[in-house]
Amino acid sequence: MDVAAVFFYLFSAVTVASGFMVIAARNPVHSVLFLILAFVNSAGLFLLLGAEFLAMILVIVYVGAVAVLFLFVVMMLDVDFAELKQGFLQYLPLGVIIGAIVLVELVAGALTLVPSPLGKPAAPTPGVSNTQALGRVLYTQYLYFFEVAGLVLLVAMIGAIVLTLRHKRGVRRQSVAAQVARTKATSVEVRKVPSRTGV
Amino acid sequence: MDSLAGNGWVWPLLIIIGKSLLILVAGLIFVAYVLYADRKVWAAVQLRRGPNVVGPWGLLQSFADLMKFVFKEPVIPAGANKGVFLLAPLISGGLALSSWAVIPLNDGWAVANINVGVLFIFAISSLMVYGAIMAGWASNSKYPLLAALRSAAQMVSYEVSIGFVFITVLLCAGSLNLNDIVSAQDSAWGLFGWYWLPLLPMFVVFFVSALAETNRPPFDLLEAESELVAGYMVEYSSAPYMLFMLGEYVAIITMCAMTTVLFLGGWLPPFPVPPFTWISGLIWFVLKICLVFFMFAMVKAFVPRYRYDQLMRLGWKVFLPVSLASVVVVAGVLEIFGAGAHP
Repeated sequence: MDVAAVFFYLFSAVTVASGFMVIAARNPVHSVLFLILAFVNSAGLFLLLGAEFLAMILVIVYVGAVAVLFLFVVMMLDVDFAELKQGFLQYLPLGVIIGAIVLVELVAGALTLVPSPLGKPAAPTPGVSNTQALGRVLYTQYLYFFEVAGLVLLVAMIGAIVLTLRHKRGVRRQSVAAQVARTKATSVEVRKVPSRTGV
Repeated sequence: MDSLAGNGWVWPLLIIIGKSLLILVAGLIFVAYVLYADRKVWAAVQLRRGPNVVGPWGLLQSFADLMKFVFKEPVIPAGANKGVFLLAPLISGGLALSSWAVIPLNDGWAVANINVGVLFIFAISSLMVYGAIMAGWASNSKYPLLAALRSAAQMVSYEVSIGFVFITVLLCAGSLNLNDIVSAQDSAWGLFGWYWLPLLPMFVVFFVSALAETNRPPFDLLEAESELVAGYMVEYSSAPYMLFMLGEYVAIITMCAMTTVLFLGGWLPPFPVPPFTWISGLIWFVLKICLVFFMFAMVKAFVPRYRYDQLMRLGWKVFLPVSLASVVVVAGVLEIFGAGAHP
């Protein structure tokens, strides 16, 4: 067997298993950790396909930033595990239906698009790295879509700031400029104090 | 075995394992002396002697510490989440070591000379935060949890400006490959052709962000002993604690190496003329790492610790605008003057 195939089955098996553990784990923090494992293994699958740029971006964005905040929030939650388990059976049918629909769509999509699971990717253009090729497509052919995506993110960012920013009155804030602008002349005064009179 | 070797992948695999072991052993010995140097520099600034008992001039101090850590009993708190508790130091140490796979020690001397080397380093350094978060949560104790929250905010904040610094350097070099980035700094100007001079503001931003990213003083709020005892490492002892320390120092050396590769010309000699070019690139590389580490150690000795809100202010209100603006300026200059323009 080919080394790439060995790694393909390793990464896919771990991805699927950790995906299962995300919903099966009792502790929500463990769930997030399994989710991270699934992300990392999907990045490995991207690497096997030769999409090195996408693999690294997946790790940086999803594992390095999104999942950190996820973990952050889950760690802060005071979760009652018994209560969580009660809801499990109630939501099971809905979850199974949604899962089944997604599975059918994925399989149908995979069957129509790619002839085999290990189908050959398009031959890389010689002398052009992955990153360059992606950059060319994004900044020429799909420039407007790219800019619109950036605009959407900008709006979301402004929205988050507007929702959370509040200026409280009466809070003492540090003014770094004022501190740095202080000189000996403005902050220290030397006085000759005559005895028995005080300042 | 013959059929396996005939496949043509066993031999390269063995070579990669050999290279990795070599760099691992050399790196660990280097880390042992970097730790010693850190303590000596710190002691000298404070007019102390520092470690001077084990071996001549205390040179074997780190190895004595290693023995001590390994032979002590690891204590796991009863309320801790055992699996995650033990996984955290492994992640911290393992990830820190893995980033050395892509760092070129000399022209072409990297275990894996990959096209996205910069992104790999960035990905690894963004994963490093998991060691602290998992340790803080799994310890099931107050101070570690506070430290974990601090670390998450701090590392995510400073990664943003490090990312923009990487982009400016990439724009100048026209490649994500670390080997190509160093080669792009090779010019007749020698020392003055390296990126630290044309990108001086970025060099400063990167150096300070590297301090924050590796939790070095003055940004060591994760383990601020006066506030949090030892931060996320409070509940750790013996070998797991040692793995954290190891991961921390290896990450520091990685950041020194990245500063060298991005701004100080990697393995290039300071002047491209004979007496300097006779010396191997590896030696120049190690010397430059030592220089950057000396600056790290001096900052630790000189600068008082930042307050937490000041840390956030520096990251988001100073470094982020500066680095963002410099991406625009550098891109504009390259577009107009065409220096280093790539197809």
